[in-house]
Amino acid sequence: MATAEELRRRAKRRSFTIQSAILILIVLAVWGAVSNAQYNLTRLNMTSGFSFLERDTGWDYSFSLIERSISDRYYYTLFAGLLNTLFVGFICIITTTFFGFIIGTLRDARHPALNFAANVYVQIFRNIPLILQAIFLYAILIHMGGPRQALNIGDVAFLSGRGMMLPGLNIAPAAAVGLLLTSIAIAIGLIIKKTSLWRGIAIWFGGTIVLSLLAAMVLRPEGEGVFSIPALAGLRFRGGISVPIELLALIVSITLYGSAYIAEIVRGGLAQVPRGLIEAGQALGLSNMSIWSRIKVPMALRSIIPPLGNQWIFMMKATTIGIAIGFSDLFYITVNSISQSGQTLELILILMLTFLAINYSIAFFTNWLNARLQLKEH
Amino acid sequence: MAATDITPPSRFAEARKRFVKTGFGSPLAAITSVLVFTLLAYIAWGFLDWAAFRAVWSKEDVALCGDHSGACWSVIDARHRLILFGTYPYEEHWRSTLAAVAIVVTVLVSCLPAMWRATRLAVLWIVGFASYYLLMEGSLLGLAQVTTDGWGGLSLTLFLFASVVLLGMPMGLGLALMRRSEMPVVRWFAVAIIDTVRSLPLVTTLFTAAVVAPLFLPSWLEGDKIWRVIFAFALFFGAYQAEVFRGGFQAIPKGQFEAGKALGISYWSILGRIVLPQVFRHALPSTINMIVVTFKETAIVTIIGFFDILASGKTAFGTAQWSPYYIEVFLFVAAIYWVFIFSLGQYGEYLKSRMAISEH
Repeated sequence: MATAEELRRRAKRRSFTIQSAILILIVLAVWGAVSNAQYNLTRLNMTSGFSFLERDTGWDYSFSLIERSISDRYYYTLFAGLLNTLFVGFICIITTTFFGFIIGTLRDARHPALNFAANVYVQIFRNIPLILQAIFLYAILIHMGGPRQALNIGDVAFLSGRGMMLPGLNIAPAAAVGLLLTSIAIAIGLIIKKTSLWRGIAIWFGGTIVLSLLAAMVLRPEGEGVFSIPALAGLRFRGGISVPIELLALIVSITLYGSAYIAEIVRGGLAQVPRGLIEAGQALGLSNMSIWSRIKVPMALRSIIPPLGNQWIFMMKATTIGIAIGFSDLFYITVNSISQSGQTLELILILMLTFLAINYSIAFFTNWLNARLQLKEH
Repeated sequence: MAATDITPPSRFAEARKRFVKTGFGSPLAAITSVLVFTLLAYIAWGFLDWAAFRAVWSKEDVALCGDHSGACWSVIDARHRLILFGTYPYEEHWRSTLAAVAIVVTVLVSCLPAMWRATRLAVLWIVGFASYYLLMEGSLLGLAQVTTDGWGGLSLTLFLFASVVLLGMPMGLGLALMRRSEMPVVRWFAVAIIDTVRSLPLVTTLFTAAVVAPLFLPSWLEGDKIWRVIFAFALFFGAYQAEVFRGGFQAIPKGQFEAGKALGISYWSILGRIVLPQVFRHALPSTINMIVVTFKETAIVTIIGFFDILASGKTAFGTAQWSPYYIEVFLFVAAIYWVFIFSLGQYGEYLKSRMAISEH
C-alpha cells in the first residue's frame, strides 16, 4: 500500500515528465520549422530580415488616405494599408453600432409591423456570407454606367460605376484626420467625465459638427465655399468627396451584415432589462420614448458592451475581405508585397502582430468602457 | 339558463387581438403599421414581379432576355451544373450529388436528439465523411479517380464545412481540456494557440496555411493545399469552440470533480461519465452557433483560390453570353447559402427554447 506521501510524489513526477515532454516537442517543432525555412530560403536565394522595408515597391494599389506613388518604400505602403484597414474598420464600427441599435430596438418593439420589418432585415443579411454580399454589391456597382448616367441623389450626391460623389467640407485631408482625432478625443473625454449617456452623445455629435464647420470656414481655400458639392463637368465630376466603389462596397456590405448582428445583441440586452423597472417607469407616467432612453438603454448597455466589443473586433478583422473586391487594406497590401518581394515570413509576421495589436487595443477599450458603465454595488 | 362558454380562446384569435391592440392601438401606431406594411408589400411585389412574373425561365428562351425587364433564370438553367459541381467531370456529377447528399443527411440525422451520444455522433460523422470522400475521390470504389483539384461548387463547400467541424470539434475539446490543466506548460500552450488564432482574421490564417506553411514544413509533411487549409480552418474552429467548451466547464460546480476524486474515480472517467455530458449540454446552443458561423465562413476560401460555390458562381457568368445576368447567379448562390444557414440557425433557436423550458 502506497502512502499518501508516495502518491503525491508520483503525481508530481508524472506531471514533470509530461510537461518536459511537451516542452521538448515544442522546441523540436520550432527548431525543425526554422531549419526547414532556412534551407528553403537558401535554396530560393532569399535573404531574410527586414531590410526590404527600405526598398521601393514599384507597384500601385487602389486606394490610400495618404499620398502614394509607385516609388514608395515598403514600410510606407504597409502603413498606408494599415490606415485603410483602420479607416474602414472605424467607419464600420460607427455605422453598424448606429444602425444595430435602431434595428435592435425595433426587434424589441411591441409594434408588429416594425418588429416584422426588422426581423426580415436581420434574417436576410445575417444568413448570407459577408464576402458574398461584398462581391455582389461590388458587381452591381461596377455595372452602373459612367458619370453621365450617374444616379442623381438630390443634386448633391451622385452614384455611378466610377464611385460615389458626396458633398463635403472644403478642407485638406490632413485637416480631416485632425478633426477625426479631435472627435475621438472628445468622445473619450466625455466617457472619462462620466457624462450621462444622451447628453454625452449630443455634446459629442454637436461638438464634432461645429468644429468641422469652423475648420472649414477658417481653412478653406481662397474664394471657395464652405461646402464642396460635386457637379458634372464634361466626362467626370468635380468637387465633393469621391468614394471609390471598392471602398463603398466594403463599407456598405460590412454595415449591412454587422448591423444585423449588433441588432441581435441589442435585442438580447434590451430583453434582459428587468420588467419591474419598465413597469416602474410606466407607473411614474413616463412616455415609451423616455422609458427606452432613460431606463432600457442605460440598463441594457451593461450586458451589451462585452459582446459588442467582440463584434467590433470582428469588424476590424472583416476588412480583410477587401482583397476579394480589390480594396487595398492591410491584408491586400501584405499579399501584394509577398508576391512582389518574396519576403513571406517577415510580412506575415508584421501582419499578425498588427492584428494582435488592433484586437488587444479594442478589447482594452471595451473592457475600460464596461468598467466605467458598471453599476456600483452597495 | 345560459351555458357559460368555457372553451379557451383559440390561439389565432388571441394573436389577432394582440396584433390589433399593439399595431392599431393608437393613431400613430396605426399609421406606422399601414406605412410599413405598404412599403414591405411594395418591395415584395417589385421583387416577385421581376423574379417570377416577368422572368424568363428556360435556357432555350434566352433570346427573350434581351429587353431585360425581368429576371433571366436561363443562366441558372444553362449553368447550374457548373455552379453546383464546379470543374468536376460532367459524367461523374451523380457522384458529386450523392456525396453532397451524404453530408446533408449526416447533418440532418445529427439533429435528432436520439443521436446525441458522443460515440453515435462520432460514428455518424466519420461514416458520412468517409462516404463523401470515397464517392468524390472514387479510386477506392473502382470508379474513375478525381483528385481534390477537380472538386468544386456546392460539394466542395459542404466538404470543407464537414471536415472542418469533424476535425475542429476534437481540437476544441482538446484545447479546452489543456486550458484547464493543472500543469502550467500545458495551460500556457493552449492559451497561446487559442488567443493567437482568435485574434487573427480567418483569411490570414488560411493564407498562411496555403502559402506560407510549405516554407516551414518538411516535404513529407506538406500534403495537399486543401488539407493544409482544412487543418488551419479546423484550428480556427477549435480555438473558438474551446472557448465555448470553457463556458460549459464553468457552469459545472467544482464539487462534482472533488466528489469524483474522493470516490477514487480516475480523471478520464470523471471527465467522460460525469463532467463532459453536462458540458456538452450547456455548450450545445453556442456550438450550433459556431457551426452556423463555420458554414458561412467557408465562403472565404474563394480568396485563396478554391473553387467553392461562390467562385464557381462567378465563373458561371464569366462568359460574354451570360455576363449581363450576374444578379441572377448571385441571388441563386445567396439563396443556397441562405437556406442552409437559416435552417441551421432556426434549429439552434429551437434547441435554445427547448433547453430553456427543461431547465425549470
